[in-house]
Amino acid sequence: MSVKVENLSVAYRMRAGDVCPVEGVSFTVADGEIMGLAGESGCGKSTLGNSLVFMEGRMRHLGGRVVVDGQVLPVADFRAMRPYRMTKVSLVPQYAMSALNPTRRIGRLTTDLLRSHDVRESDVLEEMKRRIRLIGLDEDVLSRYSFELSGGMRQRVTIILSTLLNPSLLIADEVTSALDVSTQRAVGEMLMEFRDRGFVKSVIAITHDLSILAQIADSILVMYAGRLAEKASTADIVNAPLHPYTQMLLASLPEVGVRYDKATLTGIPGRPPSLVNPPRGCRFADRCPFARAKCAEAPPFEQVQPGRQVACWKVSEGWPEGGEA
Amino acid sequence: MSALQIDNVSRFFRASAGGDMTPALRKVSFGIDRGEVVTLIGESGSGKTTLGKIILRLIPASSGTVTFEGQDISAFKGAALREYYRHVQGVFQDPFSSYNPVYKAERVFELLRSVYFPHTGQPTWQDKIESALAAVALNPGDVLGKYPHQLSGGQQQRLLIARALLLDVRLLVADEIISMLDASTRVDILNLLISLKQSGLAILFITHDLSLGNYVSDRTIILRHGAIVEMGDTVKVFGNPRHPYTRNLLTAVPELHKKWQPPADGARSRPTDAAGTGHAAVPATAVDPPRLTEYEENHLVAEEAA
Repeated sequence: MSVKVENLSVAYRMRAGDVCPVEGVSFTVADGEIMGLAGESGCGKSTLGNSLVFMEGRMRHLGGRVVVDGQVLPVADFRAMRPYRMTKVSLVPQYAMSALNPTRRIGRLTTDLLRSHDVRESDVLEEMKRRIRLIGLDEDVLSRYSFELSGGMRQRVTIILSTLLNPSLLIADEVTSALDVSTQRAVGEMLMEFRDRGFVKSVIAITHDLSILAQIADSILVMYAGRLAEKASTADIVNAPLHPYTQMLLASLPEVGVRYDKATLTGIPGRPPSLVNPPRGCRFADRCPFARAKCAEAPPFEQVQPGRQVACWKVSEGWPEGGEA
Repeated sequence: MSALQIDNVSRFFRASAGGDMTPALRKVSFGIDRGEVVTLIGESGSGKTTLGKIILRLIPASSGTVTFEGQDISAFKGAALREYYRHVQGVFQDPFSSYNPVYKAERVFELLRSVYFPHTGQPTWQDKIESALAAVALNPGDVLGKYPHQLSGGQQQRLLIARALLLDVRLLVADEIISMLDASTRVDILNLLISLKQSGLAILFITHDLSLGNYVSDRTIILRHGAIVEMGDTVKVFGNPRHPYTRNLLTAVPELHKKWQPPADGARSRPTDAAGTGHAAVPATAVDPPRLTEYEENHLVAEEAA
């Protein structure tokens, strides 16, 4: 197993009290696997992704381990993580492509970045140029300023930079959001190609967009309100989801060819609970049509079939469809 | 007669100081009827938002006319413009920035009241608000008296639609109104648009998302580089796309139950123009858009495809 996260909990310290957007999270990502991490805004998916690489000041590590290639990462220690960034684990944060310094050419940015990781530019420049050509860009992007590039070009350059030292794990946070469909596809295919060529061993692709994950991911992990709801292969999640949240989320997505006069889709009524004083039991219970008294107790995230984990009493206890008996 | 008629509307922007004028819209013409949702689909830089802004009189067209219920909107001033906004309203992408965070959310209603309903008494006003909230399926107790940050994105967006409904709105310009909402609430806003349309509203739904546009609309317009490349009945445009650009867009749409297919021409789906930007600037000279010809009834395709 290349990446193993065990019982990880991360909190933000806020005036209203500690808020815990990642609570007791455990999962593994195999070598060569692209794992999609899906969920709606505020579910903790970005916090989880960030916490594996970049535990910023207001985040606090409450417990749990992150093991990459058999090595425990000191995720709680911002400074001690430094030698592991870019070499073991790399993060493309959300909006990274909008955060490129506009006063530096891309090539200069690269030099600065490499120098801060004690890598000589001359050692990797040729490889960088090769990868730029590989994804269909011209190597003269290195002499351009970020604002001279389109969003899709910036995003691809950002991914090349973050994977230049061939990290074991790349965490790509919403890298296809805010792009046009054709550019989305190019970026998605680039992630697959980089994995295939071994530029990166495993990828965690964080997005709210399940249909992108259906294209690029091998497995999908669904989060809800700070906890894991379901993990399974992409085909199982898309074709036969088990958790009621996953089922309802998929049912609310329009697909090309579906029109209101043929099939009326419905959203999920209600909204996720506040993470300040969240409910003790299942966090989806008050929006769930199958909820019973048992759901006042938090369901464990456990294996229900080989390769499938779900946190839901209905699934693990095998309640019949349709209401309380 | 269409509620809104757009004839040969062009808009130019100067790309840089002293630089050439770049066309953002090139002789766009179409109409929207009452009780109809027209979806305007385009990638970034296609001019779709510019067109929405022109209809809302936020910016003028460089040439061409926009006619609302038989009147040229460019002539409206003062009271006439106020009347125009009584009937034509817009809702935009980012609900979070449409509110002043210092005030309670319902201030968006009060701001309307001072301009459009100065003589309406408090009880009548309350009734109006409650019926507008009911029309967007909001429970007054859930939203009134709250600050914007206490509302979800979907609630905020509904509140802005309710604000438009307080007026005698006949045309709603909805520019990417659901792209910032969570998937589980998106479809509810779409269903709301459909119910508004069924009550007679004309809606221009601007989006880059083909599956959302497909779900909600009666007619679809595909915009590229500021010009229409294909338009017509939604079922025909999506079911039988004729223009290569429309086809390429459709092959790039991620679908849950179908993997991306290689594009028709066998090339990788990388953005193709020389700069690699995916949307090359149109030279200023290429102002004239391709001519639209009728492929079948209610389905027009730009001629360059044929």
